[in-house]
Amino acid sequence: MDAIQHISPYLISNYVFPNDIHVHWSMMIVLYPYITGLVDGAFIVAALYYVFGVEKLKPVARFSLIFALAFLCCATLPLLLHLGRPERNLNMMITPSPHSAMAGFGYIYGISMGVLVLIILFIYRPFLVEQRLKSKGVMEILYRLLTFDSTNVSEKSLNMDKKIIKFLVAIGIPIACVLHGYVGFIFGGVKANPTWSTPLMPVIFLFSACVSGMSAIIFAYIITKTFTKQKIDMDCLKILVNTLAGFFILAFCFEMLEVFSHTYLRSGYHHMVEGLLNGPLRDSFWKYQVLYFSVVPLFLLGFICLLPIKQWLYKFTAFITSFLLLLQVLFMRWNVIIGGQLMSKSARGYTEFHPEWFDKEGIVAVIIVMAIPFIILFVLGRIFPFWEKDSVN
Amino acid sequence: MDNKISMDNKISDDRRSFIKKVLNGTIGGSLLLVFSAGAEIFKSPEDIPAQIPSLKNKEYEITKAHFAFIVDITKCIGCGSCCVADKREYNVADGYYRTWVERYLKDYDDNVYVDSPKGGLEGYQSPREDIDVKVRDTFFVPKLCNMCKEPPCVQVCPIGATFQTPDGFVLVDHKRCVGCGYCIQACPYSVRFLNPVTKTAEKCSWCYHRVRKGLQPACVSVCPTGARKFGDLNDENSEVSKILKGPGVITVLKREMGTFPGLYYIGARREVI
Repeated sequence: MDAIQHISPYLISNYVFPNDIHVHWSMMIVLYPYITGLVDGAFIVAALYYVFGVEKLKPVARFSLIFALAFLCCATLPLLLHLGRPERNLNMMITPSPHSAMAGFGYIYGISMGVLVLIILFIYRPFLVEQRLKSKGVMEILYRLLTFDSTNVSEKSLNMDKKIIKFLVAIGIPIACVLHGYVGFIFGGVKANPTWSTPLMPVIFLFSACVSGMSAIIFAYIITKTFTKQKIDMDCLKILVNTLAGFFILAFCFEMLEVFSHTYLRSGYHHMVEGLLNGPLRDSFWKYQVLYFSVVPLFLLGFICLLPIKQWLYKFTAFITSFLLLLQVLFMRWNVIIGGQLMSKSARGYTEFHPEWFDKEGIVAVIIVMAIPFIILFVLGRIFPFWEKDSVN
Repeated sequence: MDNKISMDNKISDDRRSFIKKVLNGTIGGSLLLVFSAGAEIFKSPEDIPAQIPSLKNKEYEITKAHFAFIVDITKCIGCGSCCVADKREYNVADGYYRTWVERYLKDYDDNVYVDSPKGGLEGYQSPREDIDVKVRDTFFVPKLCNMCKEPPCVQVCPIGATFQTPDGFVLVDHKRCVGCGYCIQACPYSVRFLNPVTKTAEKCSWCYHRVRKGLQPACVSVCPTGARKFGDLNDENSEVSKILKGPGVITVLKREMGTFPGLYYIGARREVI
């Protein structure tokens, strides 16, 4: 009790409402925005090439799309594991409540998935047509399906494809933004939780999604190219890192603005959240999210973006920075979702959360859920080659 | 020999006590016939007056009732009977609470100490000994569903499993609930929890099943001091109607949330959240 008194003079008895002792949204709900964030960020990388014509991003554009698809396939998995009655999950589609933010998830998710799959199929069409003509049996049927049973790869047809791709990616960008902004809104729309209830929440989620997705692409690009002993396109990597730096500065600024503006205002919000950030979240917020995984990468990004350094050092620093930023976003999700629930609605105390290993939402389940997209990515890689040089184009 | 004497004495005692009881019963029964109030218990079950006067001997008309719950903090003695009644009525799992009672202590420096061990289920048999301060004020605050007129839990429920009835109740359809917990996050009063057995959201229902029969909610009917009051606001003669239309300070919890609770408090200090 002394420690709590030290944190905030407004908390005397550290009283938690009896039903607030349980943290209802645990690890799976941390993963849910994390995975959708990776999808959105990766999609933005592809969009920069396909819509905005950033030619230097061509080497990673297709990989980004397949990466986004692999993770999008698993975006619902944490939610299903979290539900008390997962067998009723389709109720969300059958009897949706028009008032609920969460009711839109199935539709927004479905549209995102449809658009992404179509984009990939159109982009890979020439390659898929070629594979179809080469393959037999089951694979032929698969390629027939994937090419819409068309073998037309004439110049006219390919030009039409390009227009379709541009249109799909163009509508895909707002859909990707809606998907993750909407995930942020699900939290921001909970007025009973002072750490969530802010209009900035969707914006913070959106920018951090871009950061995590881009970091994942940089990380995966460097690691796969290094292990397969292929050349890393430095122009592509540099533009990726520069874009990541821009998005991260925005994301970090918004995250800090949210805290510091309330600290300056010293409103009721501040007095409630102050104890949380300086108490149960002191390490995970200030030490890890802010210091180790935000300030350090910020300096590293400044270092590689502004100074002329050797290629190997650039690649190494970019690799480390992207890894730190992946952790930054994970910690940010944890601090928002778990942290927000640690503060009782009594505004008089904090509960505790200790993840279990073998729970339905435990650490092992988290590892499995995070491993599945990589397995899907590997399988997709067999059908849709990631790197441009493998294409018939 | 000794045994026989003691046996005779016992029979004699039993006989004497039997005669006494018969006499008491006769006198008591005669008095019951004299005082009409006592004679109520001999009426057939159908004639038992409904606990909610407006519903007495009437068909329940869902659109014509507007219920309110009033908690009089000045009367609550923290006995925990309401919590026990609730737990037995609904078989509430340990560690979860549809209703609970908080104990507030205030010292001379305006510091507030709140606790609610086991939700007040076992009552507050002894004073708090973990605080070494001079207590200026102490009171108990029962908590339950606020049955908001603008319920955040209904708004956020993605599938409409939490819904509002025309007579002002916020209820959960357990056959439809997916157990996502969004309502738990949205409730500013923390009255919701995920039932560990059914894995669906649960909350106080103001004993809707009892009210439909014209009975008072379980917690209201067992409250020894009348700290919990329940009734139809559309009935001008109901106690809740008279209290809410009468003088005195009546408040709701977390007004700033804009939920417009149907649960009112008499005597709630500003420290109560």
